[in-house]
Amino acid sequence: MHQAAVTAKNVRVVRQGVKALAGVTFAITPGKITGLIGPSGSGKTTLMRAIVGAQELTGGMLEVLGLSAGSRQLRSKIGYVTQSPAVYDDLTTLQNLQYFAAVLGVPKTDVERVLKQVDLTKQASQLVGSMSGGQRARVSLAVALLGSPELLVLDEPTVGLDPVLREHLWALFDSLAAEGRTLVISSHVMDEAERCPELLLLRDGKVLNHGTHSELLKQTGTPNVQAAFLQLAGGAK
Amino acid sequence: MSPRRTLATARRVLQQLHHDKRTIALIFVVPLVLLGLLAWIYNQTPVIFDMVGPALLCIFPFVVMFLITSITTLRERSGGTLERLLAMPMGKLDILLGYALSFGLLAIVQATLATEVAVHVYGLDIAGPEWFLIIVALADAVLGTTLGLLASAFARTEFQAVQFMPAFILPQVLLCGLLVPVAQLPTVLHWAANCLPLTYAVDAMNRISFETTIGRRTCIDLFVVVAFAMVAIFLGAATLRRKTK
Repeated sequence: MHQAAVTAKNVRVVRQGVKALAGVTFAITPGKITGLIGPSGSGKTTLMRAIVGAQELTGGMLEVLGLSAGSRQLRSKIGYVTQSPAVYDDLTTLQNLQYFAAVLGVPKTDVERVLKQVDLTKQASQLVGSMSGGQRARVSLAVALLGSPELLVLDEPTVGLDPVLREHLWALFDSLAAEGRTLVISSHVMDEAERCPELLLLRDGKVLNHGTHSELLKQTGTPNVQAAFLQLAGGAK
Repeated sequence: MSPRRTLATARRVLQQLHHDKRTIALIFVVPLVLLGLLAWIYNQTPVIFDMVGPALLCIFPFVVMFLITSITTLRERSGGTLERLLAMPMGKLDILLGYALSFGLLAIVQATLATEVAVHVYGLDIAGPEWFLIIVALADAVLGTTLGLLASAFARTEFQAVQFMPAFILPQVLLCGLLVPVAQLPTVLHWAANCLPLTYAVDAMNRISFETTIGRRTCIDLFVVVAFAMVAIFLGAATLRRKTK
C-alpha cells in the first residue's frame, strides 16, 4: 500500500479540438475513496475513461496499479461504471450478470454476492428495460463489482437515487474501501463530496485542489466542500 | 480468443432474441411468405420459379442477417455495453464470433424452414441434395452477419445503418445473376459481379438446382463465400477500438 493506485503526470486530452484535460497531475491513495468533484464539463468523465483505458491521452503519463493505463493486465482489475447504465435492456438482471461473469471468468457464486450488495436479489428475473433508472444503475454497478476488482471507477453512481438507497450505496462503498479497495467516485453534488476522505476538485480540465477532506477545509478555512470549491474557483479566475 | 467468452456471447445474443419473440417470428416467417408470393406470381410458369427460387433462398438469409446484425451491433456501441466489454478481458474476435455463432444457428433454422417449404409446399424443383442448399444458405447468413458487423462500424446512427442495406446489399443482389446471368452482363459489370460474394452464393445455389451431384465449381463457390465471411470478421474486429481519441 505504498504505491499510489493511480498516478497522473501532466495528463492532457484533446477531444475534437476541445481541451478536455489541460494537464492534470495527482496521485490517488490506495484503499480509500477519492471523490472526483466538479461541475459537468469539468473533465471528470474524460479522466475516468482515461484511467480505465478507454480514452487515448494526447500527452502526459498515467499509471494505474503500477501499470500504464490501458494495459491488458489491468482489464480484470478495474470495475468501471459509466454514467448511463451499460447493461442489456433486453435481458434480465440475472442474465446480464451471468454473461459478464462468464466474460470475466468469475465463479457463479459471485453473481449472488453482487446482487445482494446492490440490493437487487428480488429483481433478479426482471427485464432490465422494465426497471426504474435507479434500479438499472444498480445493475450496472453490480456488473462492476463482479470479480472484486482492486480499483472501482464509478461515474456518478448515485444520481437520481432515493436518499435511503444512496445511504445504502455509500455504506457499501465504505465497506469496499475498508476491504482495501480503491474507489474513484465522481459527483457534481457537493453533499456527496463530504463523504469522501480524499478529494480531487476539477474545473475546466484542471485540478483545483487535491488532498484529504480535512486538509481542504483547513487550507481554505471554509466549513464545507461547497464553500471551499467556490473559494478556489473564485481564486482561479 | 477464448471459447468460453465466444460461447457466452452467443448464448447472450440468443437470450436477447428470446425476449423479442416478434423479431424471431419475422426472421422465420417473412422469407416463407415472400417465397410463397413468388411461387404464386410464377404460377403459370413454374420453370421461372425454379430458376429464381434457389437464388432467393440464399438472398433472404443474407439480407435479414445483415440488417439484424448491423442494428444490434450499433445498439451495443451506442448503449455503452461494447465499451464495457472491451474494458474487460474480452477478445474482439470473441464478440464477433459470438454474434456469428448465434445468428448462424438462427440461420440454420431459417434456411431449413425456407428450403423445406419451398421444395415440398411450393414445388421448387431441385436436382441436387437439399442439405447442401441449406449449407450454402447458412454460409450466406454468416456472410450477412459478418458484413453487417463490418458495416455497423461505419454507422453512427440507426438511420445510417438502415441505409447501408441498399448501399452494401442491393448492388450485390442486382449483380448476383438473379436478373441477368452474370456471363451476359456488360464486361465491367461482369468484373464487378466477380468481386462480390453474393455472386458466388447464387452460383452455388443455381448449380445445386441443376446438377444432381456436388461439383468442384460448387465447392469453390462455397469456399469463396466462407472466405469473404472470414475476411469480414477480421476486418470487423479491426474496427473495434478499445480506446477513443
